[in-house]
Amino acid sequence: MVGHIVTFVQHLQAHARQLPRLGRAGSAFLLALLLVMVGTGQALAQAPEGTANANPTLTTMLGITMGVLGVGLLTAVLISFVVWATGTRNPLIPTDEEMEHSFRRYFWFSVDHKVIGIQYFWTSLFFFFIGGLMALLVRWELAQPGLTFTPDQYNQFFTMHATIMIFLFIIPMLVGAFGNYAVPLMVGTFDMAFPKLNALSYWLVPPGALIIMAGFLAESGTAKAGWTSYPPVALQGGAGQMLWLLGVFVLGWSSIVGGMNFLVTIMNMRTKGVHYFRLPLFVWAIATTAVLAVLGTPSLAAAVTLQFMNIAFGFPFFDAAKGGNPLMWQHVFWFYSHPAVYIMILPAFGIVSEIIPVFSRKPLFGYRALVYATAGIGVLSFLVWAHHMFASAMFPWLRIPFMLTTMLIAVPTGIKIFNWLGTLAFGKIRLETPMLFSLALVSMFVIGGISGVFLGSVPVDLHLHDTYFVVAHIHYVLFGGSAFAIFGGIYYWFPKMFGRMLNESLGKIHFWLSFIGFNVAFLPMHAVGALGMPRRYADYDIAFTELNLTISIGAFLLGFAQLILIYNMLRAFQVGKVAPANPWNARTLEWLTTSPPPHYNFEEPLTVDHDPYDYGRRISSPEALPVPGD
Amino acid sequence: MAKQSNHEAHVGHVTSPTTYLIAAGALFVLTALTVGAAFVDLGPLNDLVALLIAGTKAAIIIVVFMHGRYTSGITRLAMVAGLIWLALLILGVMDDYLTRDWLMTPS
Ligand code: HEM
Ligand SMILES: [Cu+2]
Repeated sequence: MVGHIVTFVQHLQAHARQLPRLGRAGSAFLLALLLVMVGTGQALAQAPEGTANANPTLTTMLGITMGVLGVGLLTAVLISFVVWATGTRNPLIPTDEEMEHSFRRYFWFSVDHKVIGIQYFWTSLFFFFIGGLMALLVRWELAQPGLTFTPDQYNQFFTMHATIMIFLFIIPMLVGAFGNYAVPLMVGTFDMAFPKLNALSYWLVPPGALIIMAGFLAESGTAKAGWTSYPPVALQGGAGQMLWLLGVFVLGWSSIVGGMNFLVTIMNMRTKGVHYFRLPLFVWAIATTAVLAVLGTPSLAAAVTLQFMNIAFGFPFFDAAKGGNPLMWQHVFWFYSHPAVYIMILPAFGIVSEIIPVFSRKPLFGYRALVYATAGIGVLSFLVWAHHMFASAMFPWLRIPFMLTTMLIAVPTGIKIFNWLGTLAFGKIRLETPMLFSLALVSMFVIGGISGVFLGSVPVDLHLHDTYFVVAHIHYVLFGGSAFAIFGGIYYWFPKMFGRMLNESLGKIHFWLSFIGFNVAFLPMHAVGALGMPRRYADYDIAFTELNLTISIGAFLLGFAQLILIYNMLRAFQVGKVAPANPWNARTLEWLTTSPPPHYNFEEPLTVDHDPYDYGRRISSPEALPVPGD
Repeated sequence: MAKQSNHEAHVGHVTSPTTYLIAAGALFVLTALTVGAAFVDLGPLNDLVALLIAGTKAAIIIVVFMHGRYTSGITRLAMVAGLIWLALLILGVMDDYLTRDWLMTPS
């Protein structure tokens, strides 16, 4: 019996092979598209605001169409990916060799980790500006008491701001762009372990983004329950919330695929001489991040799937009225999302650990301590999630162990700070833009880390939870930490990635305006928060007027400063100095090849005989020597 | 002998379509069983039966489709890590869920 089925399947396969190739891929594509369209349309039509959908307006129709298009694009990506990955040659799609020097390679599946890194780079940068726009709308509303937008619109702005910044800017920029570009170079190899999966992980991002964004056109608007999507509020969202869940699922998928790829690359692809304790700290950070992504993201996927089924099909999971448990969402969500905050900061720490030794001309202080601290943070980050739930109806006794683990995680974090300071001490410090941003991270993250310890202690958190103090905390760690490191990384690696130097003076202006704008915007938030201004409301008590106006002014300054970065990059392509192979006199392997590197990175396989940070020591090769002109 | 198993670990085992089809068939049967079991009230055994069936399905997927049976060393470690992490999550949630009414004020 089974034998018959096997022969039948083989027969089908043989038959399919004889069909014109495009036809086979094409028909499978159409069929899948059809199925997905029917499915999504069905699910969206059942959204709770069914009355609105019974008489759909033009925007609702547009929203649904766009959502379906997003899902369709996802299907197209998946199917084209399978067709392409199985080696079927589609005459419409040029190969990597045919596109070697063509701009078109940035717009299609490429297996080159450098192309994929650059695809991630521009995509995340684009979303940084969309997310920034949302932030400015939030600050516009809060600049004065009273309402400019409706509370409903306001809810959409802050929800989309955080969603975009976290899932479409910080994570894809740090891990997708820098991780992809730098890790294979830093371990001295020619590409990632699974180049095709690498392409898949990138190509899942645009459909995910499109699906989330489609909410803007839905009549009831986008998701509006915050990026944390707590029930019961989240369950009241309609199409927008469902699109959000779907989009986040797709982005999470991209994370998992990428994470596996990094782990295998780092374990198996190191060139001769690069043993584990010769890996640059950035590579260690990406490895740890990958572990977090692989172990944590499935929990997010489960959470959003359950919530989707709850909203779309009326399952009771998080719905108290039907016997569900709303707090369960918080557990499953934070089990991923606390590790996710470390996904957002560890690579940033990695970048800073690269930059500081180069611009201090000293070996990294306590390399091994930094490695162990990174791994320690990785493990501990799975044991602290309930510190987001201290003020919930969770069993109170549990607050104590979670308070302890939360305090504990500040220890490896502190170790890192001391290591950077130790590296700086007595160094020959050069204050170029990458270094300025790195120093900004070290100082600003200390503020954010310490406010984290405040929040980690239960009695204090019961007062501060869901106030602007938490908003101050997350921006000191995520903007002062992750985003500043991203800017540092851009100034540091841009010459390698694009072969042009960025302008130093513009860089310094960008830095100072950002640094000042950042502090004007976020420092006062500690005060308004401690005074009791809650987060996520469109209006506030007039007592907070002056401080909020100050915050908004800082925010607009910060937003404006980012235009300088864009101008600097565009200018570099026109008139920027051509970058040498090693403009900063750095020792890690990515600088041993041309800027930008050739297709397979290195002319010949490398054998490495030095540590990544042995600056100022008179050994092996000329690159180890001090900066020229010293 | 040792040499051969080493060879297998590196090249990877090729599972025959027959095995896949049997495994897939088993999954469908177990799914039908889940649905069937939902209509029979076994009292306190309801959850146990559902979990047993689900566990069996997961095991089939891990062993056959994820090649859990043929990989060695670090890959298996990664698979077990996933389970440990899941256990951690469930433990933490249950700590909350099962104890939530200990401190209920008398109403
Ligand atoms: C020293 C280490 C840290 C400690 C002790 C800490 C502690 C906390 C605590 C207790 C909360 C919950 C506050 C509340 O909602 O009442 C919180 C919120 C948050 N933390 Fe941290 N944190 C630390 C580092 C970080 C880092 C490195 C990041 C990200 C890069 C981060 C991102 C966040 C975010 C995004 C939230 C708010 C989540 C929400 O929207 O509700 N934290 N932190
Ligand atoms: Cu946390």
